[in-house]
Amino acid sequence: MFEFQNIRFLNVLHVPTLTIHEGDITCIVGESGAGKSTLAKLLNKMNSPTEGTITYKGQDLKKMDAVTLRRDVVMLSQTPLIVEGTIRDNLQLGLHYAEKTEATEEEMMRVLQEMKLTQSLEDDVATLSGGEKQRIALARVALMNPSVLILDEPTSALDDHTEEDVMRQFLRNAKQAGQTIIIITHSKTLAEEVSDRIITVKAGEIVD
Amino acid sequence: MKSLIDIEFWRLVSAYVFVLFVLLIFQWRGISRKMQLTVATLRMTIQLVIAGYVLAYIFDNPNAWLVVGIVLAMEVFAIYNIYKRVPYAMPKALKRVIASSMFAGSIVALLYFNFVVLNVSPWFDPRYVIPIAGMMVGNAMTGVTLGIQSLLDNMSNNRDKVEAALMLGATPKQAVKRYVDRAFDSAVLPTINNMVGMGIVFLPGMMTGQILAGLSPVTAIQYQLAIMLGILGGVAMSVILFTQLAYKTFFEDAQLKPRLKEKK
Repeated sequence: MFEFQNIRFLNVLHVPTLTIHEGDITCIVGESGAGKSTLAKLLNKMNSPTEGTITYKGQDLKKMDAVTLRRDVVMLSQTPLIVEGTIRDNLQLGLHYAEKTEATEEEMMRVLQEMKLTQSLEDDVATLSGGEKQRIALARVALMNPSVLILDEPTSALDDHTEEDVMRQFLRNAKQAGQTIIIITHSKTLAEEVSDRIITVKAGEIVD
Repeated sequence: MKSLIDIEFWRLVSAYVFVLFVLLIFQWRGISRKMQLTVATLRMTIQLVIAGYVLAYIFDNPNAWLVVGIVLAMEVFAIYNIYKRVPYAMPKALKRVIASSMFAGSIVALLYFNFVVLNVSPWFDPRYVIPIAGMMVGNAMTGVTLGIQSLLDNMSNNRDKVEAALMLGATPKQAVKRYVDRAFDSAVLPTINNMVGMGIVFLPGMMTGQILAGLSPVTAIQYQLAIMLGILGGVAMSVILFTQLAYKTFFEDAQLKPRLKEKK
């Protein structure tokens, strides 16, 4: 699905070759500052390589429109994007950005249930905990149903084990739906548990 | 209608005595703005005396090129003043956006006001064009300064949110919409608040001046209404242009450019 050829990003990252396969859960692990997020952001053109070529479904990323690409390769940031308003507003936000049809009441209720959120759609997001906000952000991308989903440290804001279980369930559903998942994490345990493949980044290079 | 009271020299001096009295209060209460107040009073006096003589000369010798030159000088000074007041080192593209939106917004409003509303004849009559240009350019300058400060602060403080929106597939315009709207509000709200309080909370400076000069309050109101609408139009046009163009300078190929550095 993604092919890297002789990629360099400034002096931060060097990836001679890398293939990410369709339908896989790929974990990118490594210490803080190793270059994990930099690598992931090359996949959705948040960063552009200073050297080399990346292809997505056979197309050179350089020739692809960044916004169109990001509507197919969605990335969830480490700090969930929560805007002022209701849970409904926040769930619809991704679809609104992607200029897709709004989710129905049933679809929104279903993703809330999957995320074990008991609040109503009209509740104010200001009342939610950090972990609940992270789950709203996950529910939002579940509604967007992109081909590729990149999750940046998805468990960092989750409050307890229940929420980690929600994350595991989310990943199982996404895999069943045929989505390609890329997870950036410093947790080797999570990586070993859920992934089809682990990429370890150390000082800007892939070490295995 | 009573004629205007001519302020005798010694009475004008007594106004300065009043300021001296304020300075004494500053000294007594230990307020640390004595120097600024003194410099501001002296500066204002020198600037206004020069402006008075220059304007008297221009009014007596009206010349189209001179009037156009003065309006352009006002624009240049206003644009330079915005650059100076913004606490970030701005890239050239953003400076160009500020200059062009300031210039376009205030000039279009000024031309519309002078040609359509007032129908000034000759078109360059300095008695009308210069003070009205001053008000329009000055207000547009304040509006754009407030707008740019709000936009730059929000772009700096909410960079991760803008990035998170882009990663969800938002266009740069969608990702910054909230901050562009806030910038517009910051720029235009002072003018709107000013309009709301006018005639009840205070009498505006231009109208007060005209009434003191012996004009009927009803005529003074006509001028004031027209100028306020002109100012609102000028500020809004400059700020709309600015906000719709400025956000684009923060992106390249839908990627956020590096954070702007604060001035030292």
